[in-house]
Amino acid sequence: MSISLSHFSAAVVFALFASVVFGITQRDTTRAQFRYGLYCFALFVGGVVLAGWLMALLRR
Amino acid sequence: MANTTTDKARSAVAAPPMTTMAIVAPILGWLIPGAGHVLLKRYNRGILLMVSVVAMFLIGLGMDGRVYRPNGGDILDILGFVGDVGAGGLYFIARIMDWGHGLIAHATADYGTKYLIVAGLLNFIAAADAHHIALGKKP
Repeated sequence: MSISLSHFSAAVVFALFASVVFGITQRDTTRAQFRYGLYCFALFVGGVVLAGWLMALLRR
Repeated sequence: MANTTTDKARSAVAAPPMTTMAIVAPILGWLIPGAGHVLLKRYNRGILLMVSVVAMFLIGLGMDGRVYRPNGGDILDILGFVGDVGAGGLYFIARIMDWGHGLIAHATADYGTKYLIVAGLLNFIAAADAHHIALGKKP
């Protein structure tokens, strides 16, 4: 079975799983873990969108 | 002299005792992602870690990512192996089944290789977390 993801969806799936592990391992309480996981996810996806726009602007 | 005694007393208080669980939990967590947390009765965390690491590893294989073999060549290949072996049992299963030859047939195959490496690195972090929980440094 071969999985074919687009660049963006691959980055979002990566961000999701990495954020779950970061949240659980880097904070102590459940609430703090959830908040830190969301924060990491937002940074990952925000970084992808920002890098995408930078590359699009450089290409012009 | 008094300072040395005080320092020794402080370090004795600061260092948590090394228990059997503090050794077994991270090793089990490395072999089976999330199992270290489950062993320490952190069931929800253990299941979430297991799902995350196993899913990343399987998606990486599904994307035709490359599983690195032990090697002494290029530094990036050595680091790739170190990352992959972090997945513990998943890595050994992949090697036994001879998966992950990394056919670069499409652009996202390289993503697959990165997924495999990061799954292993995240599992190292999870195993270290299990060690800290067992030591009582973390609730």
